[in-house]
Amino acid sequence: MGMNISTKQAYGKALLSLGSQNIKIIVLDADLAKATCTLEFGETFPDRFFNMGIAEQDLFATAAGLSTCGLIPFATTFAMFSAGRAYDQIRNSIAYPNLNVKIVGVHGGISTGPDGASHQCIEDFSLMRTIPNMVVVSPTDPLETAKAVYAIAKYEGPVYLRLTRDPMPNITREDKDFIIGKADRLFDGKDLTIFATGVMVHKALKVRELLNLEGISARIVNVHTIKPIDTEEILLAASETNKIVTLEDHNIIGGLGSAVSEVVTDNYPVPILRIGVNDVFGQSGTSDDLFEYYGLGTDCITESIKEFLIKKAVLNKKN
Amino acid sequence: MYRQAELKILEEKAKLVRRYIIKMIANAKSGHPGGSLSAVEVVTALYYKIMNIDPHNPEWEDRDRFILSKGHACPVIYAVLADLKYFSINDLKELRKIGKLLQGHPSIKTPGIDMATGSLGQGLSIANGMALGGKINGKTYQVYALLGDGELQEGQIWEAVMSAYHNKLDNLTVFVDYNKLQLDGSCVSLKSFSGLGEKWRAFGWSVIEIDGHNFEQILSAITIAKSTKNIPTVIIANTIKGKGVSFMENEVAWHGGATDDNQLSIALNEIGGEDAWV
Ligand SMILES: Cc1ncc(C[n+]2csc(CCOP(=O)(O)OP(=O)(O)O)c2C)c(N)n1
Repeated sequence: MGMNISTKQAYGKALLSLGSQNIKIIVLDADLAKATCTLEFGETFPDRFFNMGIAEQDLFATAAGLSTCGLIPFATTFAMFSAGRAYDQIRNSIAYPNLNVKIVGVHGGISTGPDGASHQCIEDFSLMRTIPNMVVVSPTDPLETAKAVYAIAKYEGPVYLRLTRDPMPNITREDKDFIIGKADRLFDGKDLTIFATGVMVHKALKVRELLNLEGISARIVNVHTIKPIDTEEILLAASETNKIVTLEDHNIIGGLGSAVSEVVTDNYPVPILRIGVNDVFGQSGTSDDLFEYYGLGTDCITESIKEFLIKKAVLNKKN
Repeated sequence: MYRQAELKILEEKAKLVRRYIIKMIANAKSGHPGGSLSAVEVVTALYYKIMNIDPHNPEWEDRDRFILSKGHACPVIYAVLADLKYFSINDLKELRKIGKLLQGHPSIKTPGIDMATGSLGQGLSIANGMALGGKINGKTYQVYALLGDGELQEGQIWEAVMSAYHNKLDNLTVFVDYNKLQLDGSCVSLKSFSGLGEKWRAFGWSVIEIDGHNFEQILSAITIAKSTKNIPTVIIANTIKGKGVSFMENEVAWHGGATDDNQLSIALNEIGGEDAWV
């Protein structure tokens, strides 16, 4: 067993191998090549790497132009400065003309840690999900990230890829194909389904064990694609487990919780508990401290879920 | 001309500020020493000699404003604000810690911080708004903004440069911390450019180029800026990233990072002076 790496480091490695197989791969960065892990690609393929300086608006519009020449740009910077800073350029110059640009947002969520709220993008799913044509991908571990990089390179069209900062063990299976839009059921269960994405899938696994101790059986689904959302898997969860919890390192407004809720309310209404950052800005701290503080530690999540189950059981009896 | 004694006091303050910068980043185990150290003299001159402020009343509406557009350099302003008693020296020990006052990038909730920054390229537009507001409200306060040289790559800066000229913001003085380095490398290695002063001049600004570590030059440049009417002034401060700590000077690797115990004591030794962090 080697040392754990972060999904952004896995991205850097995957880019290297992808770049050696496909000369159309171009990488752009905005003076964060060290932090986003594109540096090695740049050193290996200097003529296919553009460090655009601190000019994100310029970067994303340039990537749009490159893609019209049949190239596949991976336009990379922090989530805040891609989804956030360059929103207009992404919407109007990439998504509207449906261009083949891969938008990579590193440091998504409060797990970004000590840099504080200005750098903890908790709105990227929401911002990117509401743009027509856009695909939104959020892998959970290094293994899945590498597969996701290959899958989105193969896919023709705009994609937003969210990556994170903390080292993560691999929890997905080696032999599992990464199919855009197809969620990955990690454990079956009958009392509720937890849909989680990114770093929170790791928490979901821990929460499952804690719930098990209390005799509660939770199905765990890793939602690596926020858009298109896996409607089929959500409706199976609604009809078979009747209760749904969503778990994300993102504002509870507009992200995974909203995507799942939309499917459920349209098709098969069941109670849903959305767990995430509760519509507040983050702050500086270690990611572990921040998860605890914002109610996203495993104990706190477990308690919230138990409360939700009790409340819904009482209401069900009243009905 | 400033009297030698006055300059001596400022030089001692600069040492104090550098000590706090190094200590708080070491204690937080992360932060941005290079760009904090290059800005020490400019920020020290402003806060101890120039700006009309009241630490007991941080929100006083007639105060001069300071926007640290390159928000990652906040340790420099935290050090000054703590010394001026906007908050306590002990707060410096809690930089970047959960539930504490001093965020990794400036937050508006911190006393003495006039605007949240951190996403580069936005501070000049904000300063313009404050300067324009001052004019609209008939106020005589001054607005100061400190920009990074790498930060000038943001297109929004140049939009704001045009706005400030258009609105005749002579109550605005901008500093460029011209340390020639950014995060991944030297500024020209990422985006080469020529004639920094010429560019601002071409946009109609008054331009003063100085040694940004020389208090006398900083103070006289500000005096000229304040008496320049109808157009805004930019002071291009030639500086050294990591100034004052030999192993950090001109080392892009020290853009971000914290010293270990050994490096910390070497750094404090080189800086000299004393501080109230016990
Ligand atoms: C919009 C935006 N893009 C990227 C960053 C990440 N970042 C932080 S500091 C920095 C380099 C800044 O260089 P410069 O403006 O020259 O500041 P200095 O060298 O004085 O520290 C970068 C790219 C950011 N904070 N904001």
